[in-house]
Amino acid sequence: MSLAVFNLPDVGEGLTEAEIVSWKVAAGDQVSVNQVICEIETAKSIVELPCPFAGTIEKLFAKEGDTVLVGTPIISVQAEGNILVAGPATSSIPIITESDTMHEAVADVASSVASDETKPNLVGYGSAGHGATRRKRSGAVAAASLASSIPTATSAVPSALSGDVIAKPPIRKLAKDLNVDLSKVVSTGPAGEITREDVVNAATQASVFRNLTTPAIPSEREERIPVKGVRKAIATAMVQSAFTAPHVSIFVDVDATRTMEYVKRLKASTDFAGVKVTPLLLMAKAMMWAVRRNPTVNSTWTDKEIIVHNFVNFGVAAATPRGLIVPNIKDADQMSMLELARQLELLAATAREGKTTPEDMKDGTITITNIGVFGVDTGTPILNPGQVAIVALGSIRPKPWVVNNEIVIRQVTTIGATFDHRVVDGDVASRFVQDVASVIEEPALLLD
Amino acid sequence: MTTSAGRVPQVQMLSPDGVFEVPSEYAHYGKYIEKLTLDDFLKFYRDMARIRRFDNECTALQRQGQMGLWVPAVGQEAAQIGSGYAVGKNDHMFPSYREHGVAITHGIDLMSIIKMMRGVNHGGWNPEETRFHLYAIVLGTQVLHAAGYAMGVNFDGNVGTGDPEVDQAVITYFGDGATAEGDVSEALLFAAVNKSPLVFFCQNNQWAISSPVSAQTVVPLYLRGEGFGVPGIQVDGNDVLACYAVTAKHMDDARNGLGPSLIEALTYRVGAHTTSDDPSKYRPQEETDYWIARDPITRFEKFLRRQGVGDEFFQEVAQAGDDLATQIREATFAMPNPPLENIFKHVYTDPHPLVQEQQAWLENYESSFEEDSK
Repeated sequence: MSLAVFNLPDVGEGLTEAEIVSWKVAAGDQVSVNQVICEIETAKSIVELPCPFAGTIEKLFAKEGDTVLVGTPIISVQAEGNILVAGPATSSIPIITESDTMHEAVADVASSVASDETKPNLVGYGSAGHGATRRKRSGAVAAASLASSIPTATSAVPSALSGDVIAKPPIRKLAKDLNVDLSKVVSTGPAGEITREDVVNAATQASVFRNLTTPAIPSEREERIPVKGVRKAIATAMVQSAFTAPHVSIFVDVDATRTMEYVKRLKASTDFAGVKVTPLLLMAKAMMWAVRRNPTVNSTWTDKEIIVHNFVNFGVAAATPRGLIVPNIKDADQMSMLELARQLELLAATAREGKTTPEDMKDGTITITNIGVFGVDTGTPILNPGQVAIVALGSIRPKPWVVNNEIVIRQVTTIGATFDHRVVDGDVASRFVQDVASVIEEPALLLD
Repeated sequence: MTTSAGRVPQVQMLSPDGVFEVPSEYAHYGKYIEKLTLDDFLKFYRDMARIRRFDNECTALQRQGQMGLWVPAVGQEAAQIGSGYAVGKNDHMFPSYREHGVAITHGIDLMSIIKMMRGVNHGGWNPEETRFHLYAIVLGTQVLHAAGYAMGVNFDGNVGTGDPEVDQAVITYFGDGATAEGDVSEALLFAAVNKSPLVFFCQNNQWAISSPVSAQTVVPLYLRGEGFGVPGIQVDGNDVLACYAVTAKHMDDARNGLGPSLIEALTYRVGAHTTSDDPSKYRPQEETDYWIARDPITRFEKFLRRQGVGDEFFQEVAQAGDDLATQIREATFAMPNPPLENIFKHVYTDPHPLVQEQQAWLENYESSFEEDSK
């Protein structure tokens, strides 16, 4: 005699749970192989479960009306004679000779199940994400190999599949493409379904950097945040910069339509396949071109001398969860468009992951801050200490523009720049900004 | 054509009570039964009972978590065993996914069907050796494969030579649901214009999952081929002798160069479409009861008893069925997982860098699980 446990199998294709509708047997009953022990209802149908063992029923693990996860024990049988041990292919039927250890095993399964979040299974195909039968992985190796090999698996929008959202498949696809989390979208459809417009609106809102919700007023009258770490460093740098270098800011509006077309064409070209191409890339190139024509903007003030750098360590201001940092791309002026695109992407990814090193932030010579991604038109940036120029790229959006005495819709942006007036005079500053603007207006100038 | 009484002329040789009688207009089919012996009849019965027992055990094994899916053929045994035994030693068969009965008439190891439904292989028999091609899961595709194969037989000149060692025919199995797929119409057309040695064997089990046959066709299915130039005949699909005789005749005709034909075997899917289906959601129990009362195995048992076959034989068959069930049960529970490399083995003939990369990734991934590293 040995104790055999029957776990709830997946009786459909990818079902994760079932409700025990009725028991046909009770503890103490004799059962034979394939005798119907219970009726279960899955997302698809009501089916009868035949017993895999012959013997005396020791225990039923679930009551009628209980919903049981696939892989969880439902019945144990003191089995007669030669019991069949499950092959590893599908479900496992653990065979335990001591009943004490069996109960421990059951408790383990139960606790692992309890910690899993349950979601309704919408159509009966596909897993609702239960972990009851999930295999244990050995930590770091697994995580690393996963992250490097299948990035899309983690970047997918999981809630697009959640059962609470009503949306047609093309709308779900659209949401996935636009990276919109359907569970956070306000639905306006007549039956409460999410419409195409809802998704587009959500995507547009998300592209504008603003708070989407207003939090409740905190109960404390004040909150005290210790000044330390990155915040302290930012503060010191800002004060040092603002109170040592006399800042002067200038702005110019520019028609960026051709830049946007250029970006679009680069994206479509096979050479740039798999590389992120953005207006920032063009802006960086434009600045490098303008620096060559106006070298003094790429220099350092030391009280005794002005050091003009004949190389560009191109700084990019990056908003990270820990605050603002400005890593730079060393010798960016030597790089091809493709190389620069890769470096920009790498810089952003490194910053987002919080892996930017002090070395990455040292020795920058000029900086760009892309405040356009936050949806604002322009700003007056403060110089990075040790540098004499910083450029702000505003949002690029359709605006009325005058061409040949007619108002037409063009992609318009504002380029703002701040200079250290000790080093850069108004004429140089203006020429530099105009040079940058002219490339944004006509990227073909880069071929010069 | 339907008769004035609105009934379809159907070839039937065994009445539901097991009385054997061949109507005079079907004498050309009846002569195929004259060649059979009692041993053949016993073989038909044994195989029908065997496949029924196998089928029920597989449903239980699926419910016990041992198979991903099972596709029951309960109720269709006569159509499958009868037609299967009418297929000659040179002929090729292109089945759908429910032809377990046809499979055993040509020596397919039943365990290889279980392996496929358990997901450890993609069909474990060699069609070149068995002439029984792999199960087609996509509806209707096998009918086109058969049409192509039959064209090839024509090109090889293995039709109408009069030499039984050379002449060849092809039979393809499909259901009423597949007739609504374009593939079946295309195959009928190709077979007709090429005068291919192909028999279209449609098991009309009356339900395409939850769609009734009335949603698949307006004219009886055996007439579907007429417009393409493929003559058709309806046979009682629960009459193993009629299924044998009609299939044997049309396979002979095909081998002799008379071109394609269509057989509609009218039967009933007593069970679910698959173990993932619940037929009680879409069809009344009375309909199923009506067909259970016309069970092909019970009918043939009545016939055999009229021939003087006694209890001893039926008990022996029942015992053999239980033994088979125990045997496949034990083999299924003991079945090992196939090596991972099998997934990648037959994707390309030659080594392929992408497949190698994926295999390496999967091996690394699988080895990252603690419990399986033992």
